[in-house]
Amino acid sequence: MSGASNFAEGVDLAFYIIIGISTFFLVAITATMVYFVIRYRKSKHPHADTSITGSIKLELIWTIIPTILVLVMFYYGWAGFAPMRAAPADAIPVKAIARMWSWTFEYENGKKSDKLIVPKDKPVRLELISVDVIHSLYVPAFRIKEDVIPGRDNYMWFTATEYGSFDLFCAEYCGLRHSYMLTTVEVVDEPQWQEWMKTPAGDSELDKVSEGFNVVKMNGCVACHSSDGTKLVASSFKGIWGEQHKVMVNGTEQTVTVDADYIRESVYEPNAKLVVGFNAGLMPSYKDQINDQEIEHIIEYIKSLGANAE
Amino acid sequence: MTAIPQSGTYINFFEVKRGFMSWLVTADHKRIALLYFYAIMGFFIVAFGLGLVMRLELIAPGATILDPQTYNEVFTLHGVIMIFLFIIPGIPAIFGNFALPMLIGAPDVAFPKLNLISWYLYVLGGLLALSTLLFGDGPADTGWTFYAPYSVKTGTNVTVAVLAAFVLGFSSILTGLNFIVTMHQMRAPGMTWFKMPLFPWALYATAWIQVLATPIIGITLLMIVAERTLGLGLFDPALGGDPVLYQHLFWIYSHPAVYIMALPAMGIVSETIPVFVKKSIFGYKVIVYSSLAIAFIGYFVWGHHMFTSGMSGPARVIFSVLTFLVAIPSAIKVFNWVATLYKGAIDIKVPLLYALAFIFQFAIGGLTGLVVGALATDIHVHDTYFVVGHFHYVMFGGTGFAFFGALHFYYPKIWGRMYNLKWANIAFVIFFIGFNLVYFPMLVLGMMGMPRRYYDYLPEFTLPNLISTIGSWVLAIGLVIMLVNLINGRKGPKASTNPWQSVTLDWTHTQSPPTLYNFDETPQVERGPYDYRNYEQYLKEHNKN
Repeated sequence: MSGASNFAEGVDLAFYIIIGISTFFLVAITATMVYFVIRYRKSKHPHADTSITGSIKLELIWTIIPTILVLVMFYYGWAGFAPMRAAPADAIPVKAIARMWSWTFEYENGKKSDKLIVPKDKPVRLELISVDVIHSLYVPAFRIKEDVIPGRDNYMWFTATEYGSFDLFCAEYCGLRHSYMLTTVEVVDEPQWQEWMKTPAGDSELDKVSEGFNVVKMNGCVACHSSDGTKLVASSFKGIWGEQHKVMVNGTEQTVTVDADYIRESVYEPNAKLVVGFNAGLMPSYKDQINDQEIEHIIEYIKSLGANAE
Repeated sequence: MTAIPQSGTYINFFEVKRGFMSWLVTADHKRIALLYFYAIMGFFIVAFGLGLVMRLELIAPGATILDPQTYNEVFTLHGVIMIFLFIIPGIPAIFGNFALPMLIGAPDVAFPKLNLISWYLYVLGGLLALSTLLFGDGPADTGWTFYAPYSVKTGTNVTVAVLAAFVLGFSSILTGLNFIVTMHQMRAPGMTWFKMPLFPWALYATAWIQVLATPIIGITLLMIVAERTLGLGLFDPALGGDPVLYQHLFWIYSHPAVYIMALPAMGIVSETIPVFVKKSIFGYKVIVYSSLAIAFIGYFVWGHHMFTSGMSGPARVIFSVLTFLVAIPSAIKVFNWVATLYKGAIDIKVPLLYALAFIFQFAIGGLTGLVVGALATDIHVHDTYFVVGHFHYVMFGGTGFAFFGALHFYYPKIWGRMYNLKWANIAFVIFFIGFNLVYFPMLVLGMMGMPRRYYDYLPEFTLPNLISTIGSWVLAIGLVIMLVNLINGRKGPKASTNPWQSVTLDWTHTQSPPTLYNFDETPQVERGPYDYRNYEQYLKEHNKN
């Protein structure tokens, strides 16, 4: 797979050197071993030369040469890596927000997207933010990966050198839908990117269903709450408005009606009234991410999905 | 444990006492070794089955046979059982317990009752791990690494799973302690440190890691329990903790633990090769020193598991250099093993085949380790299938193959019978091919960029996954043939006391199966452990029957 970022050349050079030396040693060791076993098999060579017990000279040779070689490998590994921790000051800052189990990218002007959209040949610096557990942002074609750790500032940067759409994975196991926590990096030319930055969120790539849908999509709610009645790890948004739900409150079962207050409480205190049959502790509080205005949009959205539709 | 071999002229350790209870209260190192053997094989087969289930799920993109939650629980349980219940105790607890006292001319280990307690702790830990299947929200779904804060947040039975690992840690510590004291105190007269065979040396280096590193994981796992049950903010940033601290503490143990898994296997290989080559191991002292060097340097490389965790640049560079240095002693061992073959009289029997397969596969495991040890390349392949392929080449292709090699090697000594050698060779070939079919495609997948612990994957990763899954069936067929052949071997022809013509004390001075205290009289050691000069004459004078 060919590389598509400024780091690909250095990383791939390290791969060629390490895998080249390794392949040489593997073939040499295996061939020698097989040759000795055939050449000195008992039927052809019945008397072992018991006088051989070692050789200082050989030990030195096969200590010193590998030591030099591994230091060479270390050097190329370091050389390919060092620029990854030296982001240029003029890099375009983008917040990469990870949550179970989706990505959101927030740009300087406040625009958000669920794909990472960047201009070609411009350095981009990602501020890595996790709202729940550890994730890891991985773009194989760019040869970059860095963990996204809750409560810690971490960053990564790159310059995309090819146009196109490249897979972006979560590489650190983060629970149920870890393998679905993927999106793409779209590399476009700079004028196109500038244009895109000016369009309000939702008017281009992003859907145009409703403000509320935008909010639940942007905040990753849809990774667990479906909009079509499918039961994921949390209840679907579809057909719940006005329904009676059995919930656990401090270990005792109660019944609540799904209304505006219940939705508001569930976004801010997800574990206070947990629907029976679902796990506690999976959903973080969105107190700092979703404001009152956005909650109203969510309420409207859930309403729009119908009451007792099932 | 039922079919007791008939020895006739002497009472072997099976015949000393009979009945189920006599096994449950035994203090004989050989019986304890067998207790471990049956328990460990049971767990191995369970975890092997879980591996087959995972491979079947991954045969094609999309859901196949499991839902994602079950898949996550299956790979966690597979890892926990294979690491804590098979690979870590496997060779030391079974073959170390069985052979160590005999290799150094001792009647038993230093603390026989403590040895039995270690086994009970092992069983307790194993049952605790399995109990997570039975209650609550199911077994842990965190991966065997229990990374915080996910392990703090998930509703599955993480608390009991980490308590299981905690208990197993004590089993490991006590075994290590027992072996250290045994080697210091109980070597036969004349057996100086540098006349001690290499398997004991490997166990010695391992034991120090067990004793010094295991307490760290014990405490770390208890911290997870405290965080989950008492809400202490140690690792979860939502409670004021630091998730990277968990990773440091976890790997401060778990990287040295890699050498707990690898060193005894290297010891088995060093022990096996001279016997089938009929000449001294090449560079005996160098192999000893390299074992000690691995055990020592192995403490200082844990950070290479965390190159993407936001550690400071200098820390990443230092851990990378040290990681490359720890590769050297392993490479030296490989060169010495291959050199031992030179001008030997090589008898190509099945234990040697496993040892040679070890060298080949361990070389791939070690060399791919250089890829993950270098910073630039690790950034790309970290947390991908490349890592999964790499550590299975080391753990299974290396230690696993050494384990089965040791089983074939010590089989006639343990049971006094010989399995069918032809079928053992056939099983080996199938097992070897199957192993490489399963794991080589994983290296390719990782280079392509497929992350690990993925229930589902993009279509571009399909072909190597398909090959790997087909390989898992070949591997399973090889394993079944091997085990059936070994089980049938219990009714096979009687083995002589020293069928491989070894010159070490465990073969020359003991019966097959051995007597309760191994030796009729304490052996006097004059020769080096691999002195094959005029060995036919030597064996004529010393072999039993």
